[in-house]
Amino acid sequence: MAEVATRPGTAGEIALPTVSPRQMAYRRFVSHKAAVGSVVILALLVCFVVLSPITARYGVNEAVKEPPNYFIPPGGLAWFGTDDIGRDLYSRLIYGVRVSLVIGFFSAIISVTLGCLIGATAGFRGGRFDDVVMRITDLFLAFPFLVTLLVLRNFLGAIEWLRPIIGDLSSIRFIIVLFSIFGWMSVARIVRGQVLALKEREFIEAARAAGAGRWYVVRTHLLPNSVGPIMVALTFAVVSAIIGESTLSFFGYGPQPGAGATSLGLLVAGAKGAVNTGNWWLALFPCGVLALIALCVNFVGDALRDATDPRLDRGDA
Amino acid sequence: MLRYVLRRVLWAIPTLLFITFLVYVALRTGTDPVKSYLRINPRATKAKIAQYIEVNGLDPNYVRGYWSWLRNFVTGNWPRSIKGSREVWPQLKDALANSLRLGAAATVVGIAVGIFVGVYAALKPGGRRDVAVNTSAFIGISIPPYVSAIILQLLFAVYWSRWFGDTLFPTSGVYPPGQVGFDPWLMAKHMVLPTLVVAIQVIAVYARYMRSSLLDVLSSDFMRTARSKGISERRVLVRHGMRNALIPVVTIAALDVGAIVGGLIITENVFSYPGMGVYFLSAFAQGDFPLLMPWMVIIVASVLLFNLVADIAYAWLDPRIRLG
Amino acid sequence: MSAVLEIRDLRVTFATPLGDLEAVRGVDLDVRAGEVLGVVGESGSGKSVTFLAAMGLLPATATVRGSVRVDGVELVGAPPKEMRRVRGRLMSMIFQDPLSALNPVHRVGAQIAEMLQAHQRMTDRAAAARAVELLELVGIPQPADRARQYPHEFSGGMRQRVVIAIAMANRPKVLVADEPTTALDVTVQAQILEVIQRVQAETGTAVVLITHDLGVVARVCDRVQVMYAGRSVERGAVHAIFGRPTHPYTRGLLDSLPHEGLERLTPIAGFPPNMLRPPSGCAFRVRCPHAIDACGTDVPDLRPIGEQESACIRASELARAGDGR
Repeated sequence: MAEVATRPGTAGEIALPTVSPRQMAYRRFVSHKAAVGSVVILALLVCFVVLSPITARYGVNEAVKEPPNYFIPPGGLAWFGTDDIGRDLYSRLIYGVRVSLVIGFFSAIISVTLGCLIGATAGFRGGRFDDVVMRITDLFLAFPFLVTLLVLRNFLGAIEWLRPIIGDLSSIRFIIVLFSIFGWMSVARIVRGQVLALKEREFIEAARAAGAGRWYVVRTHLLPNSVGPIMVALTFAVVSAIIGESTLSFFGYGPQPGAGATSLGLLVAGAKGAVNTGNWWLALFPCGVLALIALCVNFVGDALRDATDPRLDRGDA
Repeated sequence: MLRYVLRRVLWAIPTLLFITFLVYVALRTGTDPVKSYLRINPRATKAKIAQYIEVNGLDPNYVRGYWSWLRNFVTGNWPRSIKGSREVWPQLKDALANSLRLGAAATVVGIAVGIFVGVYAALKPGGRRDVAVNTSAFIGISIPPYVSAIILQLLFAVYWSRWFGDTLFPTSGVYPPGQVGFDPWLMAKHMVLPTLVVAIQVIAVYARYMRSSLLDVLSSDFMRTARSKGISERRVLVRHGMRNALIPVVTIAALDVGAIVGGLIITENVFSYPGMGVYFLSAFAQGDFPLLMPWMVIIVASVLLFNLVADIAYAWLDPRIRLG
Repeated sequence: MSAVLEIRDLRVTFATPLGDLEAVRGVDLDVRAGEVLGVVGESGSGKSVTFLAAMGLLPATATVRGSVRVDGVELVGAPPKEMRRVRGRLMSMIFQDPLSALNPVHRVGAQIAEMLQAHQRMTDRAAAARAVELLELVGIPQPADRARQYPHEFSGGMRQRVVIAIAMANRPKVLVADEPTTALDVTVQAQILEVIQRVQAETGTAVVLITHDLGVVARVCDRVQVMYAGRSVERGAVHAIFGRPTHPYTRGLLDSLPHEGLERLTPIAGFPPNMLRPPSGCAFRVRCPHAIDACGTDVPDLRPIGEQESACIRASELARAGDGR
């Protein structure tokens, strides 16, 4: 709001509280009730996972009691029931979500970093580099995700000299690398679009005309203006890695954390067998937790996008 | 227009060759066809192995190997599958037919409902129905198809018959075991649940596209001009609003085959529906190179085809796109 | 002379997240048959909103009260069907940005024909032929070929001519031109004004020219109405207002124009008020060099003074003191 008061005695009438863009974004985010609820749920979930020594009731591979202990329906002994060899589903879900969250966060961070670098370079340099990068991403994104993922997985896994770097085919490290390779592309697209849009804006031109170097422009104008989209991309990258891990596990190509350890995807995959036997808890709880995580992170991402994109300001009539 | 289409078609051919080459390399590296062959035929003679390598184009040199694979593929000299040594085309044909039926049903239902719901939401942005549509669409995209498939399966395979004593919708295959001959009613009943699972995703995506596209159009100046003419609100919406809002949606629809095929693969597997998805995953698990390559060619070709359709549809719908 | 468009005590309120915003606060306005009325004011003075309200083109967040009569037909509160019969037939509108005012996917001829067929029984062929005539009327060369082209094949000035052709298709009684030249090049601006003037002369349509360009008003208009912060502050014949402005705001506007003999432009101090919380009384008093305490209590209406009407409580005083500005 511009300074208006020019005459004594009138200033109070006109002065409005000023609000910085960041505060506006915060307010818009908070006004998105589903997103706030999602943040709370996610925070609770993370607490449960971090405090697994306290929250988990049994060990990951521990049977709830002496046999017969398989397929016990949810009850006091096992809140979410037990699986085919008598392990507590509730505790296993906590351990499983831990693995999934690790995969989600690490691959999101790597892919966002990569995506920002590549996207910003493509957007800024344009030309051949831009063409090639965008062609590759178009190509990858046009094909069925699962097919590309599986083919790429086996391809990378078969290359001997990569193994010390990216780990074995069924290791968690390998899964993180795989999703980073996938994830950077959508991030790069977003960042490139942002860079291209900002490049045309007058304040960038003004800065350049004033003799600012390219890196200076990136640091002082582009990055601050791209924080919103990058954060959005980060949240969506987390979701897609978690869901991707589940998908791979569901079809038996996921990580094998070893020694009976589990992941959310493996637990969801276990639901397949549960369906025909009517052990509903084995399907409902893992699927429910996966859906809940996906939904919550998506809600947060969506609200972040609304909150940080001033064009969507609902203030103007 | 014709020249533009022709040029795009001509361009698609080298692209197809290039991508299938990449797929060839990736599959050869990733699944090691010779090893897969030996695993299933441990007592194969040297001559047999040599013949297998020859007919599959598995020359140690990738370029030369790809070339001989391509020659065999184009001339119809297709190798038999590793497992069971069966002809590939009959299997692939059946899988393709089943998937096309499922995919077409889900896409038509999905896009029609999605567009309708999107328009419905956009007419009163921020209203109660907008929020309802938006939220359910959001849930629709967030939940992976196998989760909804499993829940539906649990509901219909186990609980429906337990509660109501009868199966309403079967949850696996295209026909009950032992069925001989063609029975469209049975087939349709088997398709309901898988179609629903794929359609949910399509509806959710298109409802959102349509909503935001129409909202963009509704706020543009020419809508005000149209309204200022004193024509009916319906005509303003259809002739001016929808006509413009559909341009990006149609384009995206054509570009989205990849995602729809992806959803199909997952859904088919949960419902044991004998389509392209089941075909692919079993072939992939076996490393069955002779089965995989033709499948890949079909997928790559259809993605390219629909990309082409998207471009042409875009140019056809939007006069601002110059064709040269 | 009878008024073809009569606006009485028009009030328009927008519901915004920050509270209700009254953009138009009781405007009276008459457009007489066949005249050219200039409506002048800064951005945000409510001049466009007034006429969008009259046309029924405001978004659903707006509430309109008061009275708008076109050719005797009351429009405020009228059923949508009746509004539609007036829009485009009795009253039509030209918008500021010709680049976005035309639908990009329909041929220009079809967009004109649509307007014709919305209000007249016409075959497609007759409507198409009439569309070509209208294109010729607004000075588009080779109108038959141009009618088959799409908007993106036209320049900005040419598109504005098309918009005028659409607006004039049914020979309305009132044509509202909302800053029709603002988005155009200076050379094209003059041409568009000429087109409007010629069309007006040929059809006898009354024209409302919304603008902030006083030069345009002096050249084209018969009467002028000055608006500030959602209210009328002064109105009268162009020669009277330009010759002897009685409201300090009008005077300020005129002083901020380049003038012969004057070395420097004198801009009006300060900024337009925040319409969420407009000042009490006369909204201009916070910027007015002649403001007195009484300005803060009364909300002045237009009152006759000499040849014109003014909404300044000190109008007569100031007119006497500041004669021959």
